[in-house]
Amino acid sequence: MEKFNVFASRLLPKEDYVCSGHRACQGCAEALAMRLVHKALGRNTIAASATGCMEIISSPYPETAWNIPWLHVAFENSASVGSGIESGLKALMRKGRIPKRKINVIAYGGDGATADIGLQWVSGAMERGHNMLYVCYDNEAYMNTGIQRSSATPLHAATTTSPAGKTIGGQQTWKKNVPEIMVSHNIPYVATINPSYPFDFMRKVKKAAEIDGPAYLHAYSCCPTGWGSRPELGIQLGRLAVETGAFPLYEVEYGKYSVQEKVEEFRPLKDYVKLQRRFRHLTDEQINASQERLKQEYALLLKKEQMSKEGD
Amino acid sequence: MAVRKGIEVSLAVAEAAAACDVDCIAAYPITPQTHIVEHLSELVNDGELDAEFIPVESEHSAMSCCCGTAAAGARTFTATSSQGLALMHEILFIAANLRLPIVMTVANRALSAPINIWNDHSDIMTERDAGWLQIFAENGQEATDMVPICHRIAEDKRVLLPIMLNFDGFIVSHVVEPIICLDKEEIATFLPIYEPQQRLDIDHPITMGPVGMPEVYTEAKMAHEAAVQNSYEPICEILEEFGKQFGRTYKPVETYKTEDADIVYIMMGAAAETAMSWVDKVRDSGKKVGIVRFRLWRPLPVKAFKEAVKGFKVLCVVDRHFSPGGAGGPVAQEVKYMLYGEENAPKVVEVVAGLGGRDLDYDAFETMYDKCKKVLDGGEVPPFELIQARGGHYGKI
Ligand SMILES: Cc1ncc(C[n+]2csc(CCOP(=O)(O)OP(=O)(O)O)c2C)c(N)n1
Ligand code: SF4
Ligand SMILES: [Mg+2]
Repeated sequence: MEKFNVFASRLLPKEDYVCSGHRACQGCAEALAMRLVHKALGRNTIAASATGCMEIISSPYPETAWNIPWLHVAFENSASVGSGIESGLKALMRKGRIPKRKINVIAYGGDGATADIGLQWVSGAMERGHNMLYVCYDNEAYMNTGIQRSSATPLHAATTTSPAGKTIGGQQTWKKNVPEIMVSHNIPYVATINPSYPFDFMRKVKKAAEIDGPAYLHAYSCCPTGWGSRPELGIQLGRLAVETGAFPLYEVEYGKYSVQEKVEEFRPLKDYVKLQRRFRHLTDEQINASQERLKQEYALLLKKEQMSKEGD
Repeated sequence: MAVRKGIEVSLAVAEAAAACDVDCIAAYPITPQTHIVEHLSELVNDGELDAEFIPVESEHSAMSCCCGTAAAGARTFTATSSQGLALMHEILFIAANLRLPIVMTVANRALSAPINIWNDHSDIMTERDAGWLQIFAENGQEATDMVPICHRIAEDKRVLLPIMLNFDGFIVSHVVEPIICLDKEEIATFLPIYEPQQRLDIDHPITMGPVGMPEVYTEAKMAHEAAVQNSYEPICEILEEFGKQFGRTYKPVETYKTEDADIVYIMMGAAAETAMSWVDKVRDSGKKVGIVRFRLWRPLPVKAFKEAVKGFKVLCVVDRHFSPGGAGGPVAQEVKYMLYGEENAPKVVEVVAGLGGRDLDYDAFETMYDKCKKVLDGGEVPPFELIQARGGHYGKI
């Protein structure tokens, strides 16, 4: 039964709002994550998109993959656009110009749009307390422009601007912890999600939508094209990311941490990295060092969870 | 009932926006625009204006947020200046191509460096190509009247374009003037409740801002050009209607004492008012000068302008911005574009003046006059000149 929820896809709603026929690469788990987000949110949703893979693949005029109202303005500012949509609806409902009802407003962007160029816009929207949801689809690089590094690219990963060179081997910095930055905004809800765990994923999306105020979700999104992984391995990689501690699943509700899919014994990080060409140049030493740091971070996360319980 | 009262122009502009019953304001402070949005937030927080005031974290964010509010179907207002307008640059083009009827007042101010909070037109002229409609007001009454006019134009189903309302920073924005302020009921008779043609509506989902491949990009630009050009007639109608209703009629191109003039100054903004007093003064001493002012700058009122300058001998174009190492000032470039190939076209003398708050005073107009007089008397047309500069080989020291 342990793997039950992976195989129980027929328990999910049938309706899709991001429809097939879009132009994502084969095995793109970012597209899968986006599809699951909208399955969970349902039809009463308006989306503001950042520039990036998820915009490009879904809206080549005159085609569209979207069955809900959707607006793309630019790369860095979807959070502001979303906050505008939320404010506009609020004013119009209050003034009786449109019917009063619950409409989910979601803004989303890739890791580049969120962790780098758009960090200010996301921070502003979250800080102002809009009743909206922001989702970061984290595929750990600027994929749309050809796999350049972002601050969310993991240590040592090779990208086109952090190549595995003869003297410098890949990304030289540790992955920026954006969910933790969002926790510091004291918003009602922050969670990490991973499409390899669809039930946990959709539960969190629904919770984020229901909570009054801003919510931030950070979605692990395997990108076979950018990571050099086989297209059929997306789900497996997602599970390995959790089992090795590379991408812990947790949520922070009103400041209280809880960890999902808790890892009792870590899978060796090597099992995860060896399936991806971006890590091909790594030495065992480097892998072990990363694994140590991931373990420390995981321990810290568990401490936060423990402290949250003690605070109750 | 409209009342005439002494009021700072920024506050009158804010009250006009409130009287337009705007739904959303997203803005960021920058001198000399700040009083406008400060006052709007005051009106919202005092419960006098039912609107969402969104105190965003930058001007880029302000314009992004305005795209969201306008796409949601809300009447949207914002204001900025200079560095703020420059920071919005990227999003201005997008708001225009998304055909979002945002109204933005721009209290014109010089662009850095050196940082300078005072007036010229370098901020707005840098955004000529953004695809917005652009209007200039010369004084507080015009600036205030233009707020409902701009909303009406932007939201007209034949137009549906964002619009920038320009007036000079400090020189207009911070002056206390007697202004006739229209109230909400009066404005409601001129400006109906905004009914968006399309909006983000869960019952009628649309995809806005898609990718435009080479097969459609040119057509999208063509459609935009047509929209801006075709806005001219509705703009004229709306200006006229406002005049009929409230007794103050504005035209795309305005003239002053041009009937028998030899030399005509081409200007926009508040400096034209100073120039008008100077004209009154020097007319007595036999200088046959007049003024033509652009009120509408986008769409460029080509026909009306040509009509207005027909038959004159020398035009003196006063630019408040220029392109270093380029073809001089933007207004002069466009004036020459309009006159090129015309029979008996006037000669065009180009000056750049009034930069970064340098006063455009009678002395400056005299300097320009001397230049133009030489041309009138048969002299060669000089290249563009940046006057008023101390020490430079261009200026009189
Ligand atoms: C202001 C600006 N800078 C750069 C770009 C080019 N650009 C478009 S998408 C993109 C990268 C997107 O990366 P990410 O946000 O991680 O999304 P992904 O494509 O990986 O899903 C870049 C650099 C742009 N469109 N706008
Ligand atoms: S490049 Fe990566 S993220 Fe982009 S569509 Fe392809 S697989 Fe998905
Ligand atoms: Mg990315």
